[in-house]
Amino acid sequence: MKLVTPETPQTDREALAASPLAIRGLTVSYAEKPAVFSVDATFQPGKMTAIVGPNGAGKSTMLKAALGIVTPLSGRVTAWGNPLDTMRARIAYVPQRASVDWDFPTRVLDVVLMGQYRQLGLLGRVKTRHIQTAINCLERVGMDGFADRQIGQLSGGQQQRVFLARALAQDADLYLLDEPFAGVDAATETAIISVLKSLREQGRTVVAVHHDLSTVADYFDWVFVINTSKVAEGPVAEAFTQANLQEAYGGRLATAQIGVTG
Amino acid sequence: MGEEFVVLSLAPIVIGICAAVACAIPGNFLLLRRQALIGDAISHVVLPGIVVAFLLTGVVSAWPMMLGAGAAALVAVGLIEAIRRLGKIEPGAAMGVVFTAMFAGGVLLLEQSDTSSVHLDVEHALYGNLESLIWLDAVGWSSLWDIEALRGLPPELPRMALTLAFVSVLTWVCWRPLKLSTFDEGFARTMGLPVGAIGLALVVVAAIAAVAAFDAVGSIIVIAMFICPPAAARMMTNGLEAQVAWSVLFAVISAVLGYVLAGYGPLWLGFDDAVSAAGMIATVSGVILALAAMFGPCRHRSGARAEPS
Repeated sequence: MKLVTPETPQTDREALAASPLAIRGLTVSYAEKPAVFSVDATFQPGKMTAIVGPNGAGKSTMLKAALGIVTPLSGRVTAWGNPLDTMRARIAYVPQRASVDWDFPTRVLDVVLMGQYRQLGLLGRVKTRHIQTAINCLERVGMDGFADRQIGQLSGGQQQRVFLARALAQDADLYLLDEPFAGVDAATETAIISVLKSLREQGRTVVAVHHDLSTVADYFDWVFVINTSKVAEGPVAEAFTQANLQEAYGGRLATAQIGVTG
Repeated sequence: MGEEFVVLSLAPIVIGICAAVACAIPGNFLLLRRQALIGDAISHVVLPGIVVAFLLTGVVSAWPMMLGAGAAALVAVGLIEAIRRLGKIEPGAAMGVVFTAMFAGGVLLLEQSDTSSVHLDVEHALYGNLESLIWLDAVGWSSLWDIEALRGLPPELPRMALTLAFVSVLTWVCWRPLKLSTFDEGFARTMGLPVGAIGLALVVVAAIAAVAAFDAVGSIIVIAMFICPPAAARMMTNGLEAQVAWSVLFAVISAVLGYVLAGYGPLWLGFDDAVSAAGMIATVSGVILALAAMFGPCRHRSGARAEPS
């Protein structure tokens, strides 16, 4: 099977230029079966978008492929209309907590300083202002008391907040988060959502892979529904509907648990 | 500690230190990336490399052999990657398959070729010839300032010192990308770092250190130094900078103590002959690792806390 990435039609250009992250014809395959098939997505500037879908639907894979962490079979990804590689300085990514080894010998402050790699470069000295920025970011997620803590000593929720602080240190315009609420305590969930909402108030764009359908309507204003292929995309009121979720989740959906709008 | 020490022991000790530290530094990152076995793999696959180099050139000299060893290391790295990706199996298994097969091939090749007239055998490959790297031109400590005498130093010494300098400078310059991509590869990639190239460069640097050290001190030390000092160091501290410093200290202690114990230890115990310095250095590093595992302050993984709170 040969997959062809279609030419951009003239009408799509404006949408691409406005979108902090636009995906066209993205297909990813780990084994023979595609994990993500021919997906188009146009994330909206200044909005909080949830990517939802059943387990194994390709939510995280789509995000990783868009960022080049896994190599897609085909597809084109633009950020504000430009090739993504040229816009990396404006994009912050929060990986799944479980994707790293938390026994790595380093402190919380060092992890947050990693977010300032672009400012520091190869051999730039870490100055007081870099450390101050890192501490400020830790403060925003309620972790400023933990700067000198070994990362292995943190709880799951604390680890997640440190990852978010590292992304804040990047001072980006687009924040991409992979399951930020997975396995965290209620206090962490509240802290994270308030930080994300404050980012939106500053006009920044937030896109998060999300698994808890019951909070979608509370937390997010746009939604992208995926089950290998795209099912729906749009404002929560329009796209987060019974019909779309039924299509994505099939028989696995217990309608009573979710507050769908339609 | 006079003339005799300078002639017989100074050069081997310095070479041993350089080799141990040059392997221990990249070993820290290989360990944290769960790739520590690659040092084992590289130091085994150099055997077919040097045999082929000998068969092609017909001489036992350093440069053709190091080129052969380097080529074999590259072939091995390529094979490991190919097996890992095509077979979709874990890297440890791919390394195990490649290095045993290539080492066995090297043994067969060595047996079948006419190497009886030259100093080339499996024991040499394993233990090296650290004790034979003596400085005949030296007359005492003053020889350190004597250009003529310095020219008579074993060539392994400047070669190993250069390798150590190369490894150290590269690690210092690439510290941040190396640390970032070792801790969180996905995030490093989103920052635009060439994580694939960084990973490959680390393996290549490890291979260079392994090949240079193998020539001077044999593969036993190489295998031990890639793993023991970094692993012991990890249990002494929870900071990467401190871990690398500890690993350097442990490597130096292993080299010095191992050499001295090999040379004089059996005499102190009433035996006649000295034992292999390479073997003793590797043993000392193993003992240090055992001690760190028993008494090191940071030996408990956070997943399994010592005292439940």
